[in-house]
Amino acid sequence: MSAIAIGFRLPPYARFLARRIGQSLALVFCTVLITFTVINLAPGDMVDVMAGEAGAADAGYIALLRQRYGLDQPVPVRLLHYVEQLGHFDFGYSFRHNKPVLQLIGERLGATALLMGSSTILAITGAVLLGIMAARRLNTATDGIISVLALLAYATPVFWVGLMLILVFSVKLRWLPSGGMETLFSGLTGPARFGDLAAHLVLPAITLALFHLALYTRLLRASMLEVLRQDFIRTARAKGLPERIVVGRHALGNALLPLVTMVGMQLGAALGGSVVVESVFAWPGLGRLAFDAVGERDLNLLVGIVLFSGLLVITVNLLVDLLYSWLDPRIETQ
Amino acid sequence: MLNPMNISAPWPRRRLLKAGLAFGAGAFLPRLEFARGAEAPARGGQLVVAIFPEPPYLTSALSTLGPAQVVSGKIFDGLLTYAPDLTPRPQLAESWQVGADGLSVRFALRPGVTWHDGTPFTSADVAYSLLTIWKQLHSRGRSTFANVEAVESPDPLTSIWRLSKPAPYLLSALAAVESQIVPKHLYDGTDPLTNPHNLAPVGTGPFRFAGWERGNYIVLERNPTYWDQPKPYLDRIVFRVLPDAAERANALETGEVQLLMSSGVQLSDLARFGAAKELAVERGGYAYTAGITSFEFNLDRPVFQDVRVRHAFAHAIDRDFILKNVFYGYGAIATGPIPPSLTQFYTADVPLYRFDLAKAAALLDEAGLKPDAQGTRLTVNFDPAPIGDSLQRAAEAIRDTLGRVGVKLQLRTQDFAGFVRRIYTDRAFDTILYSANAAPDPAISSQRFYWSKNFQPGVAFSNGSHYASAEADHLLETAQAESDPKERRALYVRFQQLVQTDLPTIPLIAPEGVSVADRRARDYSVTADGAYGNFAEAYLVPK
Repeated sequence: MSAIAIGFRLPPYARFLARRIGQSLALVFCTVLITFTVINLAPGDMVDVMAGEAGAADAGYIALLRQRYGLDQPVPVRLLHYVEQLGHFDFGYSFRHNKPVLQLIGERLGATALLMGSSTILAITGAVLLGIMAARRLNTATDGIISVLALLAYATPVFWVGLMLILVFSVKLRWLPSGGMETLFSGLTGPARFGDLAAHLVLPAITLALFHLALYTRLLRASMLEVLRQDFIRTARAKGLPERIVVGRHALGNALLPLVTMVGMQLGAALGGSVVVESVFAWPGLGRLAFDAVGERDLNLLVGIVLFSGLLVITVNLLVDLLYSWLDPRIETQ
Repeated sequence: MLNPMNISAPWPRRRLLKAGLAFGAGAFLPRLEFARGAEAPARGGQLVVAIFPEPPYLTSALSTLGPAQVVSGKIFDGLLTYAPDLTPRPQLAESWQVGADGLSVRFALRPGVTWHDGTPFTSADVAYSLLTIWKQLHSRGRSTFANVEAVESPDPLTSIWRLSKPAPYLLSALAAVESQIVPKHLYDGTDPLTNPHNLAPVGTGPFRFAGWERGNYIVLERNPTYWDQPKPYLDRIVFRVLPDAAERANALETGEVQLLMSSGVQLSDLARFGAAKELAVERGGYAYTAGITSFEFNLDRPVFQDVRVRHAFAHAIDRDFILKNVFYGYGAIATGPIPPSLTQFYTADVPLYRFDLAKAAALLDEAGLKPDAQGTRLTVNFDPAPIGDSLQRAAEAIRDTLGRVGVKLQLRTQDFAGFVRRIYTDRAFDTILYSANAAPDPAISSQRFYWSKNFQPGVAFSNGSHYASAEADHLLETAQAESDPKERRALYVRFQQLVQTDLPTIPLIAPEGVSVADRRARDYSVTADGAYGNFAEAYLVPK
C-alpha cells in the first residue's frame, strides 16, 4: 500500500504499522476461511457427535438438533453468516458448551498465558546462559555436554518427559502435584496460594520449556560463534573492554536477533496452547479447548480460537519487528 | 470427546471415569481392614472424582453422555432407583402400581421434597419432564416413552401415566440418570436445550451445584435439606476434568483424585492399582449400564448375505484371547445381544461359535470363497469405533485370526464424528467393531440394533447391519408389550436364539464395570448404576 493510496503522508513508523495491519487483517480473514472450509471437509458434524454420544436417537431428534444449530444450511450460507457476525465483533456461540465463544476463550486464556509465559522465560533464560557458555568454551567438554543434552532434550517427546517428571516428582517423591493448576478448595490465600500455584506450574513449565530450551540453545550458540568472530568484537576487545561487557553487551545483543525471530514465531504458535502438555498435566488451557473442539466439530469455537490466536500471532510478530530495530538500529521499520 | 490420543472417547452411555480420593490422602495410609459399610458412616470431607470428557451440560435429561450422567446423577434424584440386581426401589416415587391391563401406571410421590431453590417438587414436574423433555428431547426417551399418551396429575403427589400399549420396560427406565425430572418452574416456556440451568442445574438430589470452571473442575456441595436425612455424608464432591489416562492414574496414586470408574480406567493399570495399599479395585456394580462389544456386518454387502460367511467369521474370532489379553479378564464372553448380568432375560442356550479356524475355513469354502494364489479369500474394510484403546486392540486381534483363514481385514481409523458419519449416514463400510449399552432392558437397549424399523440411515447406533427379519421384529414387538414376566423372558430367549443363528452381529465380550478408589471411600456404589448413582450414602473413613 503506497502513501498515495492512503492519501496523505504518514510518518514512516505509522506507514509501516498501517501496512502491516492491513496485511494482517487479510491474513486473518484467509485463516478463518481456510479453517472454516477444512473443518467442513472433515466427515461428520457436531450433531453426529452429540447423537453418537447419546448412544441412541431417532431421525427426528437429529433433524431437530441440526436445525437448532443451523447445520441444515449449506456451508457458504453459514460462512457468510459467520463473517457477518464477525463484522459485529461477535465471535459466535458454542452450542456444544452453551456459552459465547469469546467467554470460553477468556476463561482459558489466563491459564495458557501463565504456562506459555513462564515456559518461554525459562527457555530463553536457560538458552542464553547455556548458549553463551557453549560458544565461549567451544569444543571443550562443557560445549560437548551442553550440545548433547540439547540434542537429547530436542529429540525426546514432550509427553514422555512430562510423564516421567510426574512419576519421579509426584508419584515417587511426592514433592509436587501431578496436575491441575491449583489445589482446589484448599482455602489458601495470599502468598500460600501463590506458592501452591507455583508448585503446580513447575512441572508443566519445565516440560514445555525443555524442547524450546534445546532449540534456542543451539541457535544461540551458533549465532554467538558467528558474532564473536566479527571485527567489532575484536575492536571492543582491543579497546580493553572487560570480557563480560564484550560478550554480554556487544556480542549478545547481536546474537539475539535470530533468537528473537524464532521466539516470536514460536510464541505465536504456542499461544494456541500445547495440547500435549495441557493434557498430561490437566492444565485448563486453550490448547485442549481447541483440540476438543476439532473432535466435537464445534465449528464456531474452533474458528474463534484460530481467529483469536491469529490476531495474537500478528500482534506478537509486529512487536518482534519493532524489537529488531531496537536491538539493531541498522534495521529500519520500512 | 474424540480421542486421537489415549483418551477414552464418548460412548453411548458408557459411564466415564470417576475417581475419588481424599485430597492429600497420605501415601502410606495403613491398610483399612473393616468391611465396607460395617461401621457408622463418617460425616464430612471432600471426594474428588476424575471425569472425561467434560460434559457439554449437566442435565442428563438432555445429554446422555456418560460424564454428564455422572455429575447429574448427584444433583437429581429419579422416580426410582435400582438395587444391584436391578430390582426397582423407591426414590422420588414412594410407591407405584401398574394397572391390571398394563395400560396405566400410578406413582405416589414422596412428600416434603423440595428443589434446591426451595420450590416443592410435585407431580407437575413429572408431567412436564415426561411430556416435554423425555418424549421430545431425550435421545432414548423418545422411544422409551412413545407409548405414554397422557399424564394425569390429580394432586401434587400423584402422577398417573396412560399408555396406548403395555410398556413393562418403563419401570426399568426411571433412574435419575436415564429419566431425569427437571424443575418445571425453571424450564416451562423456555427452550430446554439452551436453558441456562443446564449449566447450573437446580435438582432434588443430595448435592447442589456449586460451581464449574471449564476445562478444570465441577463442584457440588451437600444439600442440607435433602429428604433422606441424615444423608448425604460428604460435604463436597469435586469432579476434575482429566483428559489423559496416564494423568488420571497418576492423580489417583498421588491422592489428588479418589475415584476412577469404568472407561476412565486403563485396564492395563489395574494390576498396579490392585497392589497399591491405599487403593481398592471394585469389580462389577454397573448392571444398569452393562454393555456389549460386538463385531457387526454391513448386510447390504452381498458377500455378507450368506449366513455361512457370517458363521465363518464367528468361528475365526478368538473371544477368550480378547477377553484375557485386551480386557485383562474384566468381563465375560458374550453369547448374544443380552449381557449375562441381565439375568432375567439372559440365556446361554444359544448357538455358540467355538474358536475353530478349520471350521471357519470349511464354511468359507462352502460359501465359494476360495483362497487365491496369495491365500486371500476376501478383502474387506474394518472400522473399529474410535472409543478407547480396547476396541482398537481387539480389532487387531480379530484381524490376525481372520487373516489366518484368508480373510483380510483392512483396519481404518477415523475420529468419532467421522465414524458416525461413515457408518450410519454414508454406510460406506463393510464391518465394524463397537461397544454399546445393552441394559437395563432389551426393549430400551438391544432392540435398536436388531429391529428392522430402526434401520435409520443418519442415526448413530441404530440398526447398522441393516438386519431385517420378520420373525425378530415380531418377537421384539411382542416382548416389548408383554406384561407377564415369564412370557416376556421366553420371547427374549427365542430372540437371542434367532439372532445368534442369523448372526447379523457377533457379540464378543460383555465388559465388566470397574472402579478404582481410595480405600477410605465407602458406599459410593450401592445401586445398579454404580458410581452413576447419587452418592447419598457415600462417605470417607476419617484418616
